[in-house]
Order: sequence, then C-alpha cells, then structure tokens
Amino acid sequence: MVVGLEHFLILSAILFSIGLYGALAKRNAVVILMSIEIMLNAVNIAMVAFWRYIAPVLMTGQVFVIFIMVVAAAEVAVGLAIIIAIYRSRETVDAEQIDLMKW
Amino acid sequence: MSFPYLSIIIFLPLMGAIAIALLPRAEPRRVKLIAAFFTLLAFLLSAALFFMFDRSLDGPQFVEQASWIPSINVQYFLGVDGLSLPMLILTTMLGFLAVLVSWRIDRRAREYFAWLLVLETGILGVFCSLDLILFFLFWEVEIIPMYLLISIWGTGRKEYSAMKFVIYTLLGSALMLAGILLLYSHAGTFDMVALAQMGLEPALGSLLATAIFFLLFFGYAVKLPVFPFHTWLPDAHTDAPTAVSLILAGILIKMGGYAMIRVCVSIFPETSQTYAPLLVALAVVSVLYGAAVTLRQRDLKRLIAYSSISHMGYVLLGIFALSQVSMTGATLQMFSHGIITGLLFALVGLVYDKTHVRSIPELGGLARRMPIILVVFSVAGLAALGLPGTSGFAAEFLVFLGSFRSTVVSGIQIYTILGVLGIVITAGYILWMLQRVFYGPPKAQYEGVLDADRLERFTIFSLAAVIMLIGIYPRILTDVIDMGILPIFGGLGL
Amino acid sequence: MPPEVALAIILLPFFSFVIISFVIRPFLKNRPQLSGYITIASIGASLLLSMWVLIEVIKAPGHVLPMPDYQWLVVGDIAISIGVTLDSLAAVMLIVVTSVSLLVQIYSQGYMHGDPGYSRYFAFMSLFTCSMLGLVLADNLLFLYVFWEGVGLCSYLLIGFWFHKPEAARAATKAFVVTRIGDFGFLAAILFLFAKTGTFDIGELHQLALIGALGGTVLTWAAIGVFSGAVGKSAQFPLHTWLPDAMEGPTPVSALIHAATMVAAGVYLVARLFPMFAHSPQAMITVAIIGGFTAIFAATIGLVMNDIKWVLAYSTISQLGYMMLGLGVGGLAVGIFHLFNHAFFKALLFMGAGSVNHATGTFDIREMGGLRKAMPWTFATFLIASLSIAGIWPLSGFWSKEGILAHAWAHQPILFFLAMATVFLTAFYMFRVLFLTFGGEYRGGSSDAHPLRESPLVMILPMALLAILSVISGWLPISGFLGGESHGFFSALASPLALVSLLLAALGILLAYALYSARWLSVESLRQTFAPLHTLFSRKYWLDELYERVFVMRILVDGLFAACHWFDDQVIDGAVNGIAGGTVTAGRVIRRLQTGQLQAYGLAIFIGILAIVACFLIFG
Repeated sequence: MVVGLEHFLILSAILFSIGLYGALAKRNAVVILMSIEIMLNAVNIAMVAFWRYIAPVLMTGQVFVIFIMVVAAAEVAVGLAIIIAIYRSRETVDAEQIDLMKW
Repeated sequence: MSFPYLSIIIFLPLMGAIAIALLPRAEPRRVKLIAAFFTLLAFLLSAALFFMFDRSLDGPQFVEQASWIPSINVQYFLGVDGLSLPMLILTTMLGFLAVLVSWRIDRRAREYFAWLLVLETGILGVFCSLDLILFFLFWEVEIIPMYLLISIWGTGRKEYSAMKFVIYTLLGSALMLAGILLLYSHAGTFDMVALAQMGLEPALGSLLATAIFFLLFFGYAVKLPVFPFHTWLPDAHTDAPTAVSLILAGILIKMGGYAMIRVCVSIFPETSQTYAPLLVALAVVSVLYGAAVTLRQRDLKRLIAYSSISHMGYVLLGIFALSQVSMTGATLQMFSHGIITGLLFALVGLVYDKTHVRSIPELGGLARRMPIILVVFSVAGLAALGLPGTSGFAAEFLVFLGSFRSTVVSGIQIYTILGVLGIVITAGYILWMLQRVFYGPPKAQYEGVLDADRLERFTIFSLAAVIMLIGIYPRILTDVIDMGILPIFGGLGL
Repeated sequence: MPPEVALAIILLPFFSFVIISFVIRPFLKNRPQLSGYITIASIGASLLLSMWVLIEVIKAPGHVLPMPDYQWLVVGDIAISIGVTLDSLAAVMLIVVTSVSLLVQIYSQGYMHGDPGYSRYFAFMSLFTCSMLGLVLADNLLFLYVFWEGVGLCSYLLIGFWFHKPEAARAATKAFVVTRIGDFGFLAAILFLFAKTGTFDIGELHQLALIGALGGTVLTWAAIGVFSGAVGKSAQFPLHTWLPDAMEGPTPVSALIHAATMVAAGVYLVARLFPMFAHSPQAMITVAIIGGFTAIFAATIGLVMNDIKWVLAYSTISQLGYMMLGLGVGGLAVGIFHLFNHAFFKALLFMGAGSVNHATGTFDIREMGGLRKAMPWTFATFLIASLSIAGIWPLSGFWSKEGILAHAWAHQPILFFLAMATVFLTAFYMFRVLFLTFGGEYRGGSSDAHPLRESPLVMILPMALLAILSVISGWLPISGFLGGESHGFFSALASPLALVSLLLAALGILLAYALYSARWLSVESLRQTFAPLHTLFSRKYWLDELYERVFVMRILVDGLFAACHWFDDQVIDGAVNGIAGGTVTAGRVIRRLQTGQLQAYGLAIFIGILAIVACFLIFG
C-alpha cells in the first residue's frame, strides 16, 4: 500500500475531529487546552502533507507549521497560566463554572 | 454682520455653567449668585432685544449667518422674528426665576446649577435657530441636563420618570431627524427661511410631503404633548425638582408648539391644510381628555401637570385652525401658559417645601397659614381657567375666535365649542383644588407653617404681575406675534 | 358731560380696591376701618356721578349719550375696541347698583365690625361694585363678558369669604362652576355672533338685527346662548342651585348679590340685548317660559324653608323669574322696572335678616319669634319690604309686578296664570317668615345668643333709607323713561287685573296669618295632608342631589372622568410601559442564547461552517 496524500489528510481530519470534540465537549479547561493543541497539530500534519505532495519546492508550508508551533507554545504558556490563576482564585478548572462574565 | 446679540444671549447661560464648573471653591451661595447673574444678564439682554425689535420689518431680525459645515451646507444661522421673540423672553425670564426658585437647593449645588444653565442654553438655541441641523442639535442638547436634573434632584420614581422622558423624546427626535434628512435630500438645504419660501410641496409629491410632515410632527407632538403621546409629561413634571418642573412646563413643551408653526406649517402649508381636520380633532380630544383626567388627580403637582395637556390642546387647536388670529392666539397661549404654569409649579413647590405634603386630601385649611401663597395661587388658578383680565383669557379667547372663524376645517365651530366646554371643566378642577387645599378649617398638623419669604414673594409676584399685564393689555405681545405669524399665514395662501 | 365721567364711575371703586389691597392691608393693618371709609367714599362718589349721568341722559335726545371708543386689540383682520354705552337702561342700572351698594357698605360697617377679614371684605366689595358697573356700561359683548366674569369672580370670593367654613368654600366653588356652565353658552354665542357678523358691538348687532341681516336660526341660537349665560347668573331653572348655597357668605354680601349685582346681571344682559331677542320669537318664548316656570317653581320651595335667608334666596329666584317673564313677553321696561324696585326691597329684606341674625345668632325662623318688641325698626322695615314684594298697593312692588302681569296676560295667558299663582305664594311665604320671626313669643335663638337688642344705627339707617325707597321707587317714572307705559297713581287700582292680584296677595297674607299668627289652622295637619308635596318642596325637588350626587359625582367624576383616568393609566401608559416591558422581556429571553460558554459558541461556529460547506457542496 502506497501511503498517499489522502492518508495524511484522513489522519489530520481524525485528529482535528478528536480535538474539536474535546474542545467543545470537555469541561476541564486543561483538557480543552490540550484538545486545541491536537487541532493545531492536525492542521500541521495537513500542512506538511500538502507541502510534500503538492509543492515540495516552496518552503511556505513548513514555515507556516513552524509559526503555528511557536504560536501554540505561546498559547499553551499563556493559557496554562490563566488556568492556574483561575484555579487559584476559584479552586476549579471546570469551564462551566467559570462564568464571571455571564449575565 | 451686526452685533451678535443672539449668540451672546444663547451662550451666556453656558458661560455661566462653565464658570460654575471652574469655580475653585464651590460654596452653594456663590454658585447661586453666579447662576443668577448670568441668567439675569441674559434676561435683560433679551428684554432689550424686545425693545430694539423693529416692528415694521418682515422676516427674522438680529440675524447671524455663517457657514458651518460647508460640505452639506449646514449653517450657523440665528435670528428672531415675532414668533420666536416672545418665546425667547419667556425662556430667559423663567430661566432667571428658575434659579431663584432653586435657592434652597444645597445638595450638589454646583452640578445642579451648571446643568440648569446648560438646559437654558439648549432651549434658547432652539428658539433662535434658523437652520434645521442647528435646531436639531439644540433640541437634543436639552435632553442630557434634563435627564440628570430629574434623576438626581427629583423625588418619587425619579429614575423611571427621567428615563421615560428621555426615551419618549429620543423616539420623537429620531423620527424628526429622519424627516429633516429626507427634507434635505430633496431640497438640498437646511435653511428654514429658504425652505419656507421654496414651495417644496409640489416637487415632493403628496405622499412624500405627508411622510415628512408627520415624521416632523411626531417629534413635536411628543414634546407638546398631544394625546396620546402625553404620558411622559405627568411623570416627568411630578418627579422633577420644582425649578425643573417650572422650566419643563413653562418653556420646554412650548418647543413643540413653536416648532409646529415654524417647521410644519411654514414648510408644508398644503399638507397642513389637508390634515388640519385630523389634528384639530386631536386637539379637542387633548383638551377634554386632559381636563377630565386632571379632575381625578389627587397629587397637587400631578394635577397641575395634567392640566398642561389640556391647555396645550388649545395651542394645537389654534395652530391647525390655520387662521392668523388663531395662530397668534396659540402663540400667546404658549407664552401665557408658560407663565401661568410656571407660577403654579413654583407655588406647588412652595406648598410642598413648607408642608412636605402633596396629596390633596391630606392638605387643607392652609389659607390662614399662607395667605400670600393663597392670593397668588388664586391669581394663577384663575388665569388657568381663563378668567378675563388675565393672560389666560386673552390667549384662549383669541384661539377660540380665530378657530371659530377658520375656513380650513369644515365643522370647526363644533370643535371650538367643545374646546370652550373645556374651560368649564378647568374651572371645576382649579376651584375644587383651591377649595380642598386652602379652604376649610385649619389643620393642627400645619400649625406654624410659614408663608412665602421675601425672595419667594419676589418670584411669584413678578410672574403674577406678568399674567395681569398681558391680560389687561395683550397688545404688548400680540402686535409682535402677529408680525411673526403674518408671513406664515400668507404662505398658506388662504 | 366729559366722557371721563363714565370711566370714573367704574374706576373709583377699582381704585378703592387697589388702595385697600396694596396700601391698607399690607401697611396699615391696625387701621382696617379706613378700608370701609374709602369704599364708602368711592362708591358714594360713583353714585353722585351716576346721578349726573342720569340727568344728562334724561336731557339727551333719544336718551342716549354718544361716547368715544378706544382700541384695545388688533390681531390680523380683527380690531376690538372698548367703550361705554350711556342710555336710559344703563343710567337706571347705574343708580341701582351704586345706591344699593352704598347702603350695603354703610350697613356692613356695623355687620362686619370686628371681623378679622374686614379690609379684605371691603376690597372685594369694591371690586364687586366695579365689575358690576363695568358690566352695566360695557358697549360690546366681549367687554360685557369680561366684567360678567369679574362679577362671577367677586361673588366667588365673597361667598367663600369665611373660607374656613367648609360649606362656604363649597358654596363658592359651586356658585362659580354652575354659573360658568351658563357662561359657556354665553361665550359660545359671542363667538358665534362674531363669526357671523364680525362685530362685538352691541349697537351694531342691534342694527343688524333691525335690518334683518342677523335673523332666523342664527339669531335664535345666539340669543339662546346669551340667555343661557343669563340663566346661570340670574339663577334661573335649571341653573338656580348655586344661589341658595351662596347664603354661606356674609349677609350684606347676599343683600348685594340678590339686589343689585350678581343676579341682576343676567336680567340686565337680556335687557341690554333686548332688540336682538325681540327679533326672535323662539328666543322670547324660551325666556318667558323659563322665567315663568322659575317664578312659581322657586316660590313653592320658598314656602317650606326654615332658614330666613333660604326663603329670601328662593324668593329672589322667583322674582328674577318674574323679571325674565316680563322681558320674555316683550316688557323690557316693566322687567327692568321690577329689577329696580326689587333691588331696594330685597336688599332691605336681607339687611333685616342680617339684623335679626345679629341679635339672635341664628337664621332659623323656628328659633326666633317675638322680635317685634325688641327690634321695632327692623320689624317696621321688614314689614314694608314684605308688603312691597307681595305687591300691595301703593308700594313699589305693586307697580312693576302689575306691569309684568299685564304684559303676560296680553301675550302668554298660560304663563300669566303661573305668575298669578306665584303672587299668592309670594305673599304667603313672606308673611310666614314675618309672623314666625317677629310675632308670637321668643323661642330662644342660638345657645350663645346675647340679650335681644336692636341693631346699631349704622345698620338701621341704611335699612330705613331702603324702606323709604321700597315705598316710593314704584312712583318714579322709570317705566316711562325706559320706553314703557306708566299708570296713574289711583287709576292703576281700577284695572281688574290689579284687583285680582291684590286679592290673591291679601289671601296669601291672610293664610299666613291664619296658620302662623292666629293659629286658626294647624300647621301640622296641613303638612300631614300635603305630605308628599311638602317633602318634594323641602327637598328642593331633589335637584341638588340629582346634579351633585348623580350627575357630577356619579356620571362625570366617578364615571366618565374615572374612565378617562383608567384609560390613561392602564391603556395609554400601559401601552407605553408594555412596550418598554416587552423590550426588556425579549432581551431577557434572547440573552439565554449567550451562554458565555466558549464551547457552545465553538459548537455553533462549527455547525455554521458545516452548514456553509454543505451549501457549497449541494448548490455550488
């Protein structure tokens, strides 16, 4: 079996769906953050696959992936910091209970 | 351009407000003196204007005209004619007296007087503007201070009343703005003098003219107020502090009647004639309905507030009877009602200050305690019920006379007679109120209640004197008003 | 005669009002008697000037003095001037008003002595006289209306003079509002006439009516409108209910109101516009019917009242009915002649009632009796006035009543019989009062009464003067002066009409004597026999109840007005608050969608994206 573009894309879609499910359905803020990371990485896989199979000459796809990884790292750092801060003040990381801004 | 009298008069109160705001040490007394000084100055200047006014010239005088926003042809365009001059004097006079009436206010005095003066500037601007955008801006400026004055220094459900006033007025203004912009999109100018002379209606077509007419009319009908857009009035009047009720009833609602003549009738003479039957009927409903509801009121201040609805019905009747005499009468009625109701609110304020009671059934037998207030209250009350010799009679009689002979509305005689019936009900509620509040055996709980002091006496006596003066010799005003009405009546082509 | 004289007649009492209000009351509080002196001086001067005017008018050709007009108001195409009219009618009224007013003021010196509102009283009295004089002299309808309302205002102020009494305050309000209902018709008629003719000037209106330019239904409606004003002011049925209540004012005020000012104004108005009325037969009949009916209607109530002032009040209404009847059957001169005579004897009767009250502290005739010995002067003058009002020859009442009856006989026979019956009733109720008050034994008066004593000279003197006038005023050639016919002093007795009416009056007096003095008949048994009628009369036909309880309170205040109030509160303001509330409620519902949960938003976004993609795939 030759591994083609579509296999990578299917993997990417599966990962994205898992991440989306986690981000929308989980209550734990840490899990939600992790799910978002999975979604980002699913995109990364798709990007790299497209680069490899469609435009191997141009470096754009790889550059994008690196950008996304940097942003994701920064995001995790900030996100975790926020979650820890919330945990300190409210003793929970349940997203449904973090409703300070709700009417 | 000649000396800018009007700009000075309009912005004197605003300068006073700024002076009060910038005052380093805000002792209430000093604030009041500054407020009184600036408003008195504005009053004296406008009185001087009244004497300098050339009674042989047509059209606006003391004109100031400068381009303001050239790209859409907005001008800074001020001027007074026979219609706006009495309103100008009324405003400056009541503005000054409102400061005197507020002499006992010490809570947040600096803000209070500053807002009161800003309010006066806004109203003065409305009466002097001859450019629709300028007019609209001044029209809106008045809302902010009014909201704050009612909601901070008021009584009762003051936040509710203030909010009701703002929302009602803004709704009217929104429609009016739409009307103004529609008008501009077809005429290409905001100049009220030019618009009146243009003869726009044939160009607009009847549908569009009607639409614009009613968009504008609605904005003014809310202010006047006309049944059924009146319910903000009793709430706002009742809950506002005395001086603000005085301004509200005395001048603010006159903006509606003034604008109806100045804008609706002047610019849309034919549409006015088409819809005059409807509006005259509405006027009579306002008169009778307002009077009927007034009779049922138990709160002294609310009673006076409701009576305004009935009396403003006569203004509407006079305007849309569309005869020279009736419109002159309507304008005189606006002036006269401003003085009378202003005085009545001042007096109700005095009674409330001294007894801390406003419910009519609880009051009673005050005649012995406050004879001076009783005398002036009677004068004002009798003027309100149109007793000859007071301004109320002169104004209402001219309205009736003009309306009865009007040829615009068929069957207007019936409407006028129904309007005359209103003065019987008015007599009923005014005298019944006097009887329940002042007459009867003195009540023990009002032992030691004081009569008006020197300053209060000055205020109420001066208003009562104006009532009598206009009543005995109305020509002082009618000659001027008649001049202002003449070109507008001429525009009707009757 | 310079025209300023006419103005001075009006302005003198006005100056007296101004001086009392703005000088004496604020600055000379401890010298209130000055107010009385100023009032008397100014009205006395007005009387002298009125006499001068009368003499000039008698000398003038056609009894009319031309007077200049002054422009008052010019608006648009309307110019309104003011001026005075000096003709025989105005001159006679001037004399009536000033002389009665002067005597009332003198009497008041005694009656109001020591009252805390002494100055205020005289200020109002001056203004009252001024308004009435203005009304008499006004030459156009608008100014007549101005003073007309002025008269109404002053009577309001004077009826409510003792405002600490709730009944007085009520009566004052009632008087003003009830008369204003009539004034509504008057004002409407003024507007109507002006719209049709373009003038307020009474002379011009008469000209127009004469040449027929003003006629037909227009004239009839206008005349009926004017007459409704007169019905209100002159307390004719159905607007008579305010007058008896007006007794709450000081008695001299009643004397003035009933004799020369307030109620006379209505009759005067009809007389002033008589040429207009004369051209409308329907209007004339209306006036005659209302007048004739009121005359007998009020007299029946007067039969059973127990308060001396109430009897007099109903007698005034009845006599005013006579005057209206006289005018309505075309007797301008006799109507005004009766007004002239009535002014003197009615003022005298009220002064007598005041004098009696001064002594006994009550107005209830059941508590009086036997006052003849203690108060001989009061008794004598009261007797003269009673004989005069009963129409006994040769006192003044006889002459004018005779004229009215003759006119009624000639034009409206049915009303004539009503009027004749009224002659009998009048004589009866007046002598009932007389016998109960002055005859028999004293029955106590009010509890805090001091010993019975004749009133002071300052009260007796005007009464004596009025008694003389009540005798002789009928001998004056007033009727002839006003354009009517006069009778010879003795030849008047020769007419059968006069004899019948004298006989009826004598029967009335005799019946009163039989019932209340000699006691040949029992009052009780009579009352038993006519129990339903007695109740009907003593409850005043339940009209007060009908008007106040049923009509004003039930139908208007608690009915229609309450409905308006409810409508305003619930429907209009309800709609306003409903819209506001609806907006708030809608917001409350819609904001549920905004959970604040990012995950929910994310889900929505995701579904949205899916939907868009699906659209692309299906339709793209």
